Amino acid sequence: MSLRLADVRWSVAGATILDGVTAEAPGGRLTGLLGPNGAGKSTLLRVVAGVLAPDAGAATLDGADLLAVPRRERARRVALVEQEATAVVPLTVREAVEVGRTPHLSRWGGLADRDRRAVDDALAAAGVAGLADRALGTLSGGERQRAHLARALAQEPRLLLLDEPTNHLDVHARLELLALLRRLTAADVTVVAALHDLNLAAAACDHVVLLDAGRVVAEGPVEEVLVPAVLEPVYRVRCDVLTHPVTGRPVLTFT
Amino acid sequence: MARPRHRVPTGLAAALAAAALLVSLTLAVTIGPADLAPADVWRSIGDHLATLLGGGPAEPALGALRDGIVWELRLPRVLTAAAVGAGLSVAGAVMQGLTRNPLADPYLLGLSSGASLGAVAVLVLGVSVLLPVAAFAGALVALVAALALAGAAGAITPGRTVLAGLAVAQLAAAGTSFVIFWSATGDSYREILSWLMGSLAGAGWGAVGIAVGATAVLGTGLALQGRVLDAFAFGDTAAAALGIAVGRTRWLLLTVVALLTGALVAVSGSIGFVGLALPHAVRFVVGVAHRRLLPLAALVGATFLVWADTAARTVFEPRELPVGIVTAFLGAPVFAVLLWRRRAAGADA
Repeated sequence: MSLRLADVRWSVAGATILDGVTAEAPGGRLTGLLGPNGAGKSTLLRVVAGVLAPDAGAATLDGADLLAVPRRERARRVALVEQEATAVVPLTVREAVEVGRTPHLSRWGGLADRDRRAVDDALAAAGVAGLADRALGTLSGGERQRAHLARALAQEPRLLLLDEPTNHLDVHARLELLALLRRLTAADVTVVAALHDLNLAAAACDHVVLLDAGRVVAEGPVEEVLVPAVLEPVYRVRCDVLTHPVTGRPVLTFT
Repeated sequence: MARPRHRVPTGLAAALAAAALLVSLTLAVTIGPADLAPADVWRSIGDHLATLLGGGPAEPALGALRDGIVWELRLPRVLTAAAVGAGLSVAGAVMQGLTRNPLADPYLLGLSSGASLGAVAVLVLGVSVLLPVAAFAGALVALVAALALAGAAGAITPGRTVLAGLAVAQLAAAGTSFVIFWSATGDSYREILSWLMGSLAGAGWGAVGIAVGATAVLGTGLALQGRVLDAFAFGDTAAAALGIAVGRTRWLLLTVVALLTGALVAVSGSIGFVGLALPHAVRFVVGVAHRRLLPLAALVGATFLVWADTAARTVFEPRELPVGIVTAFLGAPVFAVLLWRRRAAGADA
């Protein structure tokens, strides 16, 4: 279930946001979408999720053209967790997760047993089963993030897109979320996460795509992309790569 | 499996609301001059239903006069009030959900005023057959104008939408005043005034047909979209990612709301604050999930307007108030409280 993007372009009011993005997210892997502010990460995720229609280009999931399938069909394969759901949604966690079943339901029908099972599974997978009856507004930032993730999981997506999922999360909640994403990739879900934190990407991602000004600057395994020669011109900082004493993963420092 | 907990169980709330509506309908018919008991109301209804089926008594059990009061005067009016209350309440709840704007309702966004202008224009021209159509057209034009005006200044925020709705409502009211000034004389002046303020006086079985028909068909259609409205609560991006055609769905549902508002205004004029206040009151009790909210808002809105109209015709007997004045007296404070709470929450009104 790998995602392939070919020459994706999107512009608004004369400003080019995506300037021919060609990239791949390998199936059943965690891909980090990296880049400075304004690089086009969120826009790219929205195009793949079908929220924005690109001006040109192609997006295929395991060979199927994502831009051509009907939107409900696409929503059964691709789910998006937005950066911050700022709107105050006074639903309970379970109700919010039930909304994730929307693309699977007929226009007039209610939840069937299968849907309830999917909701229960999503609540459990995101670790919010115990919060099911709480109102979304009463949750902490980390809990709410996981509730939104549960809603996306209830779509039973083959491809999960997350926009800055670790923003506003404390260290513990970050690691928990990454562990959760690892469990999803182990279950053969393809995960693409836009990430601010390069060290988080270095520690957790299988594959990274580095965007700058709407173009792909570099793409590949962490060890090849997260190196000073690639990062320094993009972020305009001096960068050194160390090796984590326990995990052996790269650790980046900036000066 | 654990069911979600709510402040009040939905089934119980719905059963109570339905029972309250039925009792209210019956009692409201008995209130007023002429000595009627609740049983008389049902006896008259039974007689007339039997007659419709071809087996009724030759003489009504209540006597012609009292039977006429029940069947010709009060029952159609009470039923119209219930249908208009239910329809406005659902229309308001749907608009609030679709625009994520707690202040949205057919009255505040100018739909009712637009519908009134359409209706009054037709009334003065004397083509009464087209009344609901003209009211719908007026409501739709007002809706498009209000949203276009709100959007022209940038992002459509609740505050801008209300201001734009106010501008459209004022313009439509000015148009209505112009029509009155230009052509109305004597009785038609009073009649037109009742469009502006909202009144159920003189509602007959024709009004019942329009109001009940519109609310049953369009209101039910809207109520069945509860799940889609829940998805809108998470924002346009989330709704689109859930496979909903956001733009098309919003306009489709808002058009149905305009159609419903047009039909209701055609029989009752523009009655304010029902669509604003009732959904909020119901949310407070059963939560915001639209599958529960919309049916309950319909039942509670119906009961509310039945009593508001009963007050309008009896409190200052024999003089009658337009029911819109009663709903404004009751609803305007709710509007104020909402504004206050938004301010307290630090929201960008």
